[in-house]
Amino acid sequence: MIELTDVHVRLGQRDVLRGVTVSLTERRIGVVGANGSGKSTLARLLNGLVLPTSGTVTVAGLDTRRHAARIRRRVGFLFTDPDAQIVMPTVAEDVAFSLRRRGLARQEADRRVREVLVRYGLHEHADHPAHHLSGGQKQLLALCSILVLEPEILVMDEPTTLLDLRHSRQVAALLRELPQQVVAVTHDLALLEDFDRVLVVDDGRVVADGAPAAALERYRELMA
Amino acid sequence: MNTLTGAYVPGASVLHRLPAGVKLAALAVCCTALVLVRSPAVMAGAAAAVAALYAASGVGAAAAWAQVRPVRWFAVVLFGAQLLVADLPGAVAATARVVLAVALAGLVTLTTRTAAVLACLERVLSPVRLVGLDPFRLSLLLSLTLRSVPVVAALAARVREAARARGVERSARAFAVPLVVGALRHADALGEALAARGLDD
Repeated sequence: MIELTDVHVRLGQRDVLRGVTVSLTERRIGVVGANGSGKSTLARLLNGLVLPTSGTVTVAGLDTRRHAARIRRRVGFLFTDPDAQIVMPTVAEDVAFSLRRRGLARQEADRRVREVLVRYGLHEHADHPAHHLSGGQKQLLALCSILVLEPEILVMDEPTTLLDLRHSRQVAALLRELPQQVVAVTHDLALLEDFDRVLVVDDGRVVADGAPAAALERYRELMA
Repeated sequence: MNTLTGAYVPGASVLHRLPAGVKLAALAVCCTALVLVRSPAVMAGAAAAVAALYAASGVGAAAAWAQVRPVRWFAVVLFGAQLLVADLPGAVAATARVVLAVALAGLVTLTTRTAAVLACLERVLSPVRLVGLDPFRLSLLLSLTLRSVPVVAALAARVREAARARGVERSARAFAVPLVVGALRHADALGEALAARGLDD
């Protein structure tokens, strides 16, 4: 449950978001908008990577301004470029890095790492260098490193932009299965077809909000 | 670059099972010993010992060659230069010393996971706490460096391609500016990702 109340964000000289009030309760929520519309900033508000200049963002009742650390434990964030997100040299090490501060016994941590890698088909690459993976596999690895922490909410910033059609479909299929609440910012409209709700962001405001068909129709009009 | 990043070959040999700290300490001792060796006969014995260690590790000939391959031309030049200033046994010993030291270091990387090396460094570095530094941050710095080598190398390749596509491949500026900008952008994104993954919690 995420609540944004009259959120304004000013970065430098630019008003990136100008009065956004939404309450995000659905399981699958998409966010679309033109480049520079403020949608990436909107995503970054949800785990406290960006703080509102005015207004409030709360996740499960916690204000991102005061409880960013606790919120980040509940909200996983997937970036567009997995190269920026993978911090360890090899696949299994990167997943294990997520668990580092959980204080798990070595065997328990190894078991969880193996489990998540098996689930997403990366176990054969466990000891391979991350830079030997394909783009799609890297994005899967970034996802594994988040999901191993079992967050309640997953926020994704253009997760399929750098992927080919096959990997995009794989990510879409994964999204359908995930038990987490998902908020996905994307230009990949096919990804959003079976979502519960889509927000259209334009020039720092939410200009349409509703079922995917209607919202995407409005987005297409807006971009025409 | 592969000698630095993820050259690890999974295995169950004695060398794989030894703690990283023991291997790193042994590497330091062996390299020091190599510096002290003068006689070609002893050096030949050392070479045989290194070869035996490689055989025991079971990493395979290809992985072994990949470790020393990067220094092959350096070894040739060194040997030639040593011949000019020293005698033949001296030149052989000097060249073998460098090649064997690289081979030994390579053997440690081949049989040790980066995570084990970092955990060991974190322990060794723990006294830096006394001067107010966080050993975890120091070891993280090292692993980010390892991770960034292939990322920046890929960036450099892209920048070079872009320069070639625009016909400015001879311009140093057309290479350096986008490379530096790209590296800084990557650093920003990495910092954001570390925050999102709860590094500062």
